[in-house]
Amino acid sequence: MSALLQVRGLSHHYGQRVGCQDVSFDLHPGELLCIVGESGSGKSTLLKTVAAQLTASSGSVRYHQRDDSWLDLNELDEAGRRRLAREEWGFVTQNPRDGLRLNVSAGANVAERLMAKGMRNYGQLRAIAKGWLERVEIDPARVDDAPTSFSGGMQQRLQIARTLVTQPRLVFMDEPTAGLDVSVQARILDLLRRLVNELGLAAVMVTHDLAVARLLAARTMVMQGGRVVETGLTDQILDDPQHPYTQLLVSSVLTT
Amino acid sequence: MTASTTTNHALPMLELRGLGKSFELHHQDDTHLDVLSDIDLTLHAGECVVLSGPSGAGKSSLLRVVYGNYRTSRGTVRVRHDGDWLDLTEATPHQVLDVRRRTLGYVSQFLRVIPRVPALDVVAGPLVEAGAHVEEARDRSSALLRRLNVPERLWRLPPGTFSGGEQQRVNIARGLIVARPLLLLDEPTASLDGGNRDVVAELLQEASAAGTAVLGIFHDDDMRHRVATRLFPMRQLSIA
Amino acid sequence: MTSDYNFAFLDENTKRMLRRALLKAVAIPGYQVPFGSREMPLPYGWGTGGIQLTAALLGPDDVLKVIDQGADDTTNAVNIRRFFARVTGVATTERTSEASVIQTRHRIPETPLREDQILVFQVPEPEPLRTLEPREAETRTLHALADYGLMHVKLYEDIAQYGHIATSYDYPVLVDGRFLTSPSPIPKFDNPKLDRSPALMLFGAGREKRLYAIPPYTHVESLAFDDHPFEIQRWEQQCQLCGSGDSYLDEVVTDDRGSRLFVCSDTDYCGQRRAEPAA
Repeated sequence: MSALLQVRGLSHHYGQRVGCQDVSFDLHPGELLCIVGESGSGKSTLLKTVAAQLTASSGSVRYHQRDDSWLDLNELDEAGRRRLAREEWGFVTQNPRDGLRLNVSAGANVAERLMAKGMRNYGQLRAIAKGWLERVEIDPARVDDAPTSFSGGMQQRLQIARTLVTQPRLVFMDEPTAGLDVSVQARILDLLRRLVNELGLAAVMVTHDLAVARLLAARTMVMQGGRVVETGLTDQILDDPQHPYTQLLVSSVLTT
Repeated sequence: MTASTTTNHALPMLELRGLGKSFELHHQDDTHLDVLSDIDLTLHAGECVVLSGPSGAGKSSLLRVVYGNYRTSRGTVRVRHDGDWLDLTEATPHQVLDVRRRTLGYVSQFLRVIPRVPALDVVAGPLVEAGAHVEEARDRSSALLRRLNVPERLWRLPPGTFSGGEQQRVNIARGLIVARPLLLLDEPTASLDGGNRDVVAELLQEASAAGTAVLGIFHDDDMRHRVATRLFPMRQLSIA
Repeated sequence: MTSDYNFAFLDENTKRMLRRALLKAVAIPGYQVPFGSREMPLPYGWGTGGIQLTAALLGPDDVLKVIDQGADDTTNAVNIRRFFARVTGVATTERTSEASVIQTRHRIPETPLREDQILVFQVPEPEPLRTLEPREAETRTLHALADYGLMHVKLYEDIAQYGHIATSYDYPVLVDGRFLTSPSPIPKFDNPKLDRSPALMLFGAGREKRLYAIPPYTHVESLAFDDHPFEIQRWEQQCQLCGSGDSYLDEVVTDDRGSRLFVCSDTDYCGQRRAEPAA
């Protein structure tokens, strides 16, 4: 099977400081890859650099398009990047308030990407929005309510609906369940697991929670100090960690 | 049934050569732990080889190494996948995942519970991943759960609250729903009563008859006698 | 003329700068051109953008008309007209048909315009996306990429909240199929007059330091949804002064007992109709 995304020697530096350094990986269609590591390990920087939200200091990201050609993100102009971000990719932020438009209704939030793609039928847009609210377990009767009236978990589910409505092939998620209650977390993780399977999505998810990686990801990368220190099958990394840092990370998990 | 290797004309499915496993515990005084050393084993289609030996002999570790759950320290783990030999110690993660999806099954002692997913879908999951339709997978799942005497009222519930025996039967059903040519079993019947053990024994015999090669750990002698075609003795390595 | 000011108040270099910007605006219909907005002898919000454009356009032979909400006799219109009469000495008129330059706040005259006329709009907020996207760098990028889904978010929201597109003035338009543009706070009743207008339309925003243009005969499309097409306001009443049934009507409260009068907002148009002998 051919990869959907090819990352080679990718680095992003904040001035003199290293954000992420010399990262390479392949992502296959339909695959969910987790990036784990503690705060400041460079996970989010890597995610944003791969998603072209940050400019790579060096290295390359190549995306396998539907027409079987490869797109080099370094060679893409702003218009191309935005088209990719809007029509092929999705990005789910940790704080749903960063990813949502808070001053318009839930329905408009879900429908925005469709309108950006040129859909111009209000009735259709609204029907699709309601369908997606239902899919993410939000009462469709709340389609006209402002996201500010939603709980944190609902806002995150709304952001997921807003992101997936255009059926992207690749979704980036930055700690989508951090800061939520455990029960709310479980619901969102289950939802993500189901949607990723149903839609055949490929996804890269940043998390500091190893249990999340175990539940969702077949493969995991462990980051420390901006570098990938270990990569492989998630169960292998969690059950037989090789790198001292990974061993520390795994042994630090509280079990109930 | 003998401990010696018998000649077998069936197709070899799994081949372990000089297999060894050590752990380096970096945060525990850099302890070096040898758990497996120089394992040679060939497993043929239709065979059921049962690992024997005292607790601590590395039986579970061996299964985990074969499954790719533990990394191999020395030697090779060759699996017949799609008709060709593939050395799992050198395979890419994507290759290992593909082998697991279609060729190599593993039933552990404990079910890993997925929050909010009902038992029926926990079991159906691997078949869906292997490409089956959800409805077809649920039908197979129902049939297996029924055969393993998991009460129908539980099928719609997540197994998190089930008893140990119920969880183990869900786990077995999940492990067997895809007919893979290689099956690793780590004490799948430990907390089952006699009636349910009989069912598992039957299921395994059916799998063997269909050509599945089984490598397993069974604690109770009765089960071992019923399913094993051969024993593979293991001994504890002296700690250096 | 006995004024101590340069002709049309602004110095010649400033007028030249404005004309250059206007040429660029005409060349790229609907595109907001930045310009060095000057301090004018009236406050921001009173039409400083429109006044600077008019000052750059006027020549001694021009005839100027100034309207505010359609009326020639309101404070804003009277003052601007008097200002230009003093600093240029050009002729002024209240007749739409007689004017060569018409500066307007929030209306387009009912009398059809001609190729030899220029309409100058006073614009408070030139950026139609501003209420949804506060970052100037981002709105500029959206214009550059013609990425206008956001505007439909606003229209969607209107329908969701009110059952129809409730935006009734400053209704967003797409100019020449390319640039999303604010028509200034004219009622959407006037939007169809923008489309393929024979007259040049110029827009000036003094505080925001932007100007833009809709050249003659340019296609101007009011945004809408397929199933919620663009519609203009209609009244059950007719003008109670001239009897017009197809002009934009103002509702005037005539006493404190709730009596109301519906009259044309375009005072010149209304006056002309009343002066005509009844057919």
